[in-house]
Amino acid sequence: MPGPAPIPKIPSGLTREQLLEIYYYLRLTRSLEERLVNLYRQGLVIGGLYRSLGQEGESVASAYALRPGDVLSPLIRNLGSMLVQGAKPVEIMRQYMAKERSPTRGREMNIHFNDLELGYLGQISHLGDMVPVMAGIALTFRMRGQARVGMVYVGDGATSTGAFHEGVNFAAVMRVPLVIVVEHNGYAYSTPTSRQAAVTRLADKAYAYGIPGETVDGNDVFAVYQCAKDAVDRARRGDGVSLIEVVTYRRKGHAEHDDQRYQPGDEIARWERSDPVDRYVTRLREAGWAQEGELQAIDARVGGELEDALQQCERERLPPGESALSGVFADPATAAPLWFRRADA
Amino acid sequence: MPEVTYLEALRQGLWEEMERDERVFLLGEDIGAYGGAFKVTEGFQAHFGADRVIDTPISEAAIVGAAAGAAHMGFRPVAEMQFIDFVSCAYDILTNYVATARYRAGLATPIVVRGPSGGYVRGGPFHSQMPEAAFFHTPGLKLVCPATARDAKGLIKAAIRDDDPVIYFEHKYLYRRIKEDLPAHEDIVTPLGIARVARQGADLTVVTWSAMVWKALEAADRIAADDGASLEVLDLRTLLPMDDAAIVESVRKTNRLLIAHEDTRTGGIAGEITARINELAFEWLDAPVRRVTAHDAPLPYAPTLEDYVLPQTDDVVTAARWLLAY
Repeated sequence: MPGPAPIPKIPSGLTREQLLEIYYYLRLTRSLEERLVNLYRQGLVIGGLYRSLGQEGESVASAYALRPGDVLSPLIRNLGSMLVQGAKPVEIMRQYMAKERSPTRGREMNIHFNDLELGYLGQISHLGDMVPVMAGIALTFRMRGQARVGMVYVGDGATSTGAFHEGVNFAAVMRVPLVIVVEHNGYAYSTPTSRQAAVTRLADKAYAYGIPGETVDGNDVFAVYQCAKDAVDRARRGDGVSLIEVVTYRRKGHAEHDDQRYQPGDEIARWERSDPVDRYVTRLREAGWAQEGELQAIDARVGGELEDALQQCERERLPPGESALSGVFADPATAAPLWFRRADA
Repeated sequence: MPEVTYLEALRQGLWEEMERDERVFLLGEDIGAYGGAFKVTEGFQAHFGADRVIDTPISEAAIVGAAAGAAHMGFRPVAEMQFIDFVSCAYDILTNYVATARYRAGLATPIVVRGPSGGYVRGGPFHSQMPEAAFFHTPGLKLVCPATARDAKGLIKAAIRDDDPVIYFEHKYLYRRIKEDLPAHEDIVTPLGIARVARQGADLTVVTWSAMVWKALEAADRIAADDGASLEVLDLRTLLPMDDAAIVESVRKTNRLLIAHEDTRTGGIAGEITARINELAFEWLDAPVRRVTAHDAPLPYAPTLEDYVLPQTDDVVTAARWLLAY
C-alpha cells in the first residue's frame, strides 16, 4: 500500500519558513488595503486611495528577492514591496490620514515616503523620475565597491516618459547594479497599454538599451521571485541592468474614486480567477508546503497587527499648520510666516 | 599673488573641494578626457580617475536625477550642464524631485548643478540663456551667480559644502575676461546669501549680479566722471536666498533704486526685488524703482540683434540719469 505522496521540493531554494513569510506579506498587503478602504469610507483618508488588488504577488515576490542593504523605489501599487523592506502598517495609515506623526509629517501622502536604512526610497508622482534617481543610488554601490543592488518599479505608462528612457539608458551605459521592474497591469489611469506603446511586449524595450528583458507572469509568485532573483544576482555580480516585465492586472480603478467604466467586466472577472494570492495559497496547499492552521495563524496575526496599528494612530492629530514652514532648507531650518500671518499684523 | 581668471578660479575651487572631500565627484557630458566644452574640468579625470569625473550620455534629467540619488547616499555630486540652457531638460527632476526632497521626505540632496550661462557671446537662442528666473520660483533650491574670480571660487566651494541643492550660474562671458589676484592656497569660501558692495556710492543704488555687475561698474565710472554723482553697485552674488537686508540698507542710504539684470524683463527677478523694496522700504524711496533688463525676446544670434536685445552699459547710464533727475 503506497504511503502519502512525497512533498515536492520547493523551487528557487526557498525554505518553508520563507514561503510562510511571503504569505504573511501578501496577506498583510491585501488586508492593510482593505482596512484603508474602511478608513476612506469613513472620511479619514484625506486624499485618494490607491489599491494594488491583484498585484500584491509581483510586489512582494520581486522585493523578496533582495537582501538587507539593497534599496528599492516602489510605484504607487507596490505597497507590498515596501512592507517586505520593513515599512510598518501604522506608517502607511498615518500617511493616508495625514497625521503629524506620519513619516513625512503630513507633507506627503500614501506610500510616498522613504527609509534608506531599511531600503526603500519613496517615489514622486512624476512617472519615470525614480529611474535616474535609482541609477544614481546604484552608481554609489558601484563606486564604493559594495555588493548592493537597486530595484526600481515603473508602470506600463511610465515607459512612455523621457525620464524612463534617460534613466534606463544612463544606468545601462554605466552598468550599475539596477533591476527595473515594469508592471504591465493593463491600464495607466484609463489608458490601455495599446494606447501607450506600439510594442505589445514591454520587455522588448530593453533590447534598445542593450540590457536583457524578461517577461514573467506577474500573478505567479514563484515565477516572479525566480525572475527577480536572477536579475538581482546578475546585478550583484556586476553584470549590470536588467528589465523585468511583470504581466498583471489592475483590478481596481486608478484610485478609489475611479469607477473603472473603461475596464470590461468580463476582463476583471477573468483576472480575478488568476488572483496571485489565491494561486499562491493553492500551490502551498497542494504541494503540502503549508498547513491550513499555519495560514490561518498568519491571517489572525495580520488582523491583530492591523488592529493594533489603527489603535495607535487613529486618534492622533494632524500637524499644526505653522509646522509647514520648517525643513524647506537645512539652513535656515524654519522660515518666518508672511506678515499677514504674524501676531502683530 | 598669481593672477587668476574667473574660469581658473572656478576650476581651482572644484579641484580643491575634490581634494578636500572624497565625497565630491563630477558628472556631465564630455567633462572627462575632453575636459568639458570650456575646459573647466581639463585634467580632472587624469588626476581623480574616471569614477570621480564621470562622462555621461546626453541626458540632463538622468545626470541630475543620478546626482540626487548619489547625494541621498552621502555623496556631494557636482553635475555639469554643458550649457546652462540645457538645464531646462532637467527642470522636472530639479523642481519636483530635488527641490522637494528635504521637505517632503527629509532627504538631504546636497548637489550642485553648474553650467556656462549668459549672453554677449553671439551664442544664439540656445547657448546664451540666463535662466535663473525659471528656478527662482521654486522653494528648496539655492541659486548663485558669481561676478568675480574670487566669488567664482568662493561660491563653488560654498555651494559644494552646502547641505541643500544649489544651481551655480557661471557666466561664460567672464570666463577669460575677468582676472584677479588670488592667493594660491587660501580656502576662499563665499557665504551663500550675502551680497557684496562692489562700489560704494551715495546717490543711487544699482542692484545687479553676474556679468551685469561689470556693466554697472562701467556706468558708475561714467556717471561719476560726467555727472558728478555716485552710484552704489550691489552685487547680489546669491539670488536664493536673497540678501534683502543689504538691498534695504543701500536704498536707505541712496533713496533711489535701479535693478539691472541680463535675463528678460517679464517675470524676471527685478520684479520681485521691486516688490520687496515696496514692502520693506517704500518710505525711503525718492523715485520709482526702475529696471534695466533684456527685452522680452529669445536671444538672437546676429551681433546687431543681440546687442539690441541685451542690456548694455549705455542703458544703465540712461536709466541712472533718469533716476538721478527724478
